[in-house]
Amino acid sequence: MIAYIIRRLFGAVLTLLIVSMITFGIFYLVPRWAGGTAEDLASRYVGRTASPEAVAEAAKALGLTDNFFKQYWDWLHAIFAGRDFIFGGSTYHCPAPCLGYSFIGRNPVLPDILDRLPVTASLAFGAAIIWVILGVSTGVLSALKRGSIFDRAAMGFALGGVSLPIFWTGLVSLVIFSYGLGWTARGGSYTPIEQNPLDWAYDLLLPWITLALLFSAAYARLTRAGMLETMGEDYIRTARAKGLRERTVVTKHGLRAALTPIATIFGLDVGLLLGGAVLTESTFSLPGIGKYAIDAITASDMPKVMGFVIFSAGFVVIANLIVDVVYAVIDPRVRLA
Amino acid sequence: MPAPDAFLDVRDLRIHFPTDDGLVKSVDGLNFSLQRGKTLGIVGESGSGKSVTSLGILGLHNKRNARVSGQILLDGTDIVGADPEHVRKMRGRRMAMIFQDPLSAMHPYYTVGHQIVEAYRVHNNVSKSVAKKHAIDLLGRVGIPQPDRRVDDYPHQFSGGMRQRAMIAMALSCDPELLIADEPTTALDVTVQAQILDLMRDLQQEFNSALIIITHDLGVVAELADDVLVMYGGKCIEYGSAVTIFEEPEHPYTWGLLGSMPRLDRGVTNRLMPIKGTPPSLINVPSGCAFHPRCTYEPQTGGRGTTEVPELVESGRGHLVRCHLPVAERKRIWQEQVRPKLEAGS
Repeated sequence: MIAYIIRRLFGAVLTLLIVSMITFGIFYLVPRWAGGTAEDLASRYVGRTASPEAVAEAAKALGLTDNFFKQYWDWLHAIFAGRDFIFGGSTYHCPAPCLGYSFIGRNPVLPDILDRLPVTASLAFGAAIIWVILGVSTGVLSALKRGSIFDRAAMGFALGGVSLPIFWTGLVSLVIFSYGLGWTARGGSYTPIEQNPLDWAYDLLLPWITLALLFSAAYARLTRAGMLETMGEDYIRTARAKGLRERTVVTKHGLRAALTPIATIFGLDVGLLLGGAVLTESTFSLPGIGKYAIDAITASDMPKVMGFVIFSAGFVVIANLIVDVVYAVIDPRVRLA
Repeated sequence: MPAPDAFLDVRDLRIHFPTDDGLVKSVDGLNFSLQRGKTLGIVGESGSGKSVTSLGILGLHNKRNARVSGQILLDGTDIVGADPEHVRKMRGRRMAMIFQDPLSAMHPYYTVGHQIVEAYRVHNNVSKSVAKKHAIDLLGRVGIPQPDRRVDDYPHQFSGGMRQRAMIAMALSCDPELLIADEPTTALDVTVQAQILDLMRDLQQEFNSALIIITHDLGVVAELADDVLVMYGGKCIEYGSAVTIFEEPEHPYTWGLLGSMPRLDRGVTNRLMPIKGTPPSLINVPSGCAFHPRCTYEPQTGGRGTTEVPELVESGRGHLVRCHLPVAERKRIWQEQVRPKLEAGS
């Protein structure tokens, strides 16, 4: 088991390294191939209004005139050792772990992202709890009462759920529940949980439900399909033949096996959301990582965008790692692989 | 043979499944009985209804998609009409089942020990540690070496034969009075098959339980069974003591089964004599005798084979046969034509 985890950990680090190379390549190499000069690149980092001299200086200070491998090495080195940019007579320090330095905001990228992480994490985990409970229980009931009115209604609802984009459901629910009925917050506000848990929940309630409905639709369908398959397995018949209560048969023998693929997708979904629920955060104007990315892209602040991509990728990779470990805990056969 | 005091008494059992294509009569009017300590072999091809029967005895058919009628009296209690919760409490405790493929029949996520403990504790109010000791004890009794260590292994860590032993241990966990083994050796190597059969015979004697062996393999039946019931198309077509069925079989289908059984004493020059054709569809059961399209002797019934369903009639002491051929004619064909062919080369 420990060897398995170490192997997976090694794989995770390797994946991150490759992701960083590709991302770095996209931001720093591809534009050069496409004919851009170091100055063209630098102009994006200093904002649109900078003078040509400032741009040239920036290009040098950022190391954009160096060869690509040195640039990548400097960037990678900065993650572990930090980096100083000497620029326009001043020194800008980006402490380790340095994921980049925004010359527009004049600050390192990572602390900004970390500041916004609680918002995104609150949104992601809150919604995740709702959609797992809602989706899985709906799926199980649908599978057990296959063909019933409940099953048909739930699956019809689920089909609608997966088809509707979140910015639409989000806006519609805002119109109805916030502006119309006044039950929920109007978006744009976020109260940290340590300040006031009730306000925290109040502000996030609508985004949670909107996001959770979207996901629970998919999870209900997945769970239903998984349950229908497992409940037809031979070991379910064995469990019944032992005289186990039907509840035990369904939950302990059926659901446990059906949950394996769900756990996988759940891990990846949460990992993806932690890296920024871009659409939800934009729709509800929540100051999370996704909103940060949108703002960075709008401002053409490339170090921010690059930092965001690496940070999000990190979450996906970590989520993958956790999923692998959980998988081994759930299914003993995986440990041998 | 039906005795009023039989431990297991199945009377006119019918298990039908309504489907979109029509009513599937998997089991259609089955009668048999079994005493404690005795073994009944139910023989037939795939789709003859033998597994459906065994699941019926355990009360495992879903009321939503199966129509079960008739009576299954286990020690006087009717399983067909009983409250499902009552039947559940009997399952595993009074009657238990050994399934065909132990790899798919055991849950891959739980240890072998856990699955035995679970079967024991659902019917016995004991602590986990007591149940685990019981599981180790059972694993030892079914011949698993180092049971105290193997108890914590998962099914996939067992070999096929060991898994089947573990499956048997699980079925025996509550000392059931009726044990049903559904193709217990089909998924196993031939060498292991013999071991498992020996084990089942020993355990049956030790526990004095009634045993039903469901199989398509007459060799298995010859090893274990006291009585044999041959099923075809959901109906019993021949029923009698094992000696009768092997020495004086009277149904052409039984002859076919015997001819399909490889025997070392028959010599290599003699080919098997398979039954031509395939088992009947249970939706469009052939008219008359369900076996008539495959029966070599059908012309000798004077047309009744295609029009009239034969009754199950006693042809000797405790020997029931469902065939249109006259008894004397059947005995003659067996003695003069079939038996010499089967024994040729020996």
